[in-house]
Amino acid sequence: MSAETNTLIKNGLWTNNPALVQLLGLCPLLAVTSTVINGLGLGIATLLVLTGSNVIVSMIRNFVSSEIRIPVFVMIIAALVTTVELVLSAYFHPLYKTLGIFIPLIVTNCAIIGRAESYASKHSVQDSFVDGLMMGLGFTAVLVLLGGIRELLGQGTLLANADLMFGQAARDLTITFSDDYPGFLLAILPPGAFIGLGLIIALKNIIDRRMAARTEPLIIPQTETARS
Amino acid sequence: MTAYLQLFIQAAFVENLALSFFLGMCTFLAVSKRVDTALGLGAAVIVVQGITVAVNNLIHQYLLQEGALAWIGLAEVDLSFLGLVTYIGVIAALVQILEMILDRYFPALYSALGIFLPLITVNCAILGGSLFMVERDYNFGESLVYGLGSGFGWALALVALAGIREKLKYSDVPNGLQGLGVTFIIVGLMSMAFMGFSGIQL
Repeated sequence: MSAETNTLIKNGLWTNNPALVQLLGLCPLLAVTSTVINGLGLGIATLLVLTGSNVIVSMIRNFVSSEIRIPVFVMIIAALVTTVELVLSAYFHPLYKTLGIFIPLIVTNCAIIGRAESYASKHSVQDSFVDGLMMGLGFTAVLVLLGGIRELLGQGTLLANADLMFGQAARDLTITFSDDYPGFLLAILPPGAFIGLGLIIALKNIIDRRMAARTEPLIIPQTETARS
Repeated sequence: MTAYLQLFIQAAFVENLALSFFLGMCTFLAVSKRVDTALGLGAAVIVVQGITVAVNNLIHQYLLQEGALAWIGLAEVDLSFLGLVTYIGVIAALVQILEMILDRYFPALYSALGIFLPLITVNCAILGGSLFMVERDYNFGESLVYGLGSGFGWALALVALAGIREKLKYSDVPNGLQGLGVTFIIVGLMSMAFMGFSGIQL
């Protein structure tokens, strides 16, 4: 693996994670993460669109003049999202019903147009592919994490309704921690999403600070300031 | 008339786009640092939302819906799969036109709102409004009221958050939570307060 690929992987998954550091694409991140499966479903849909749009944008980057690039990018993304939407509707219909309006809203996920504009329109097809894949994975990881926290607190289960995604065989994947868990409604409702994400961001800041403190004697610390 | 008022209240408070559907979050967090900029963007969103939802409603009714093309004799054509591409195109075009009109005829308003207009194209609250309009099958009048109401609700949440964040500068926030962490928790508390509106009937 080249150095560029390594940097891309590290950036996408941690240092420059689209959901925690760049804070892009927050609408779906907060809205669908009431369970792990919903988060995973939307994460994979976003991952596909992001990788596809990065590759296509990178391929056409030398043919599109900069004045009209934004409309062109938006149209490419909208076409990809329509494709993903139709595929989901055909093969994963219950999941499609659950995610509802948030599948078409991937079009305005600023993480996607952000990567197209700031990375794919300036780099080679291969690098853009890796970048899209890693950014998508980083985004999906946060979706699943937040979904897991909210589902665990809210219903006391993990992977509920796994059959929506993996078929009937996965029905037994659901882990129930306590049969008489009373449920914590707030975690499922919108406020739970906001507060949960706030705490995850705080956790990441603390881990970053610890790691910076540990490596301080060896190298000059990178001053990483979260955008506020 | 009461039905329209009810729809407005519902769109603005009960189903607040920002606080209960999480739409337009990126802009919501980025532009809520000062009250005066928040007011500018809020006004722009109300105008654009009111126009785009109504225009997209006409397009949906007379061009895209199943059987919508009956008026030119193509009753069996269903173009609803083109919906997404069309709505986002209409929004981008309308924002551009609005920017040019404001620049030409209302320069004072343009200098106040101008910088926010491009931001609106990628604001998912606008696209979300159009998608909800299609999903709930509103007619033209309802779409107009829904657009204005939901835009108003979004602007209200934005200005309220900006007010809180201005005061927050003077408070002592725990270490890791500084910056965005605490902002999210405040938004969470605001959304809890807005949940109090649920169930309001006129």
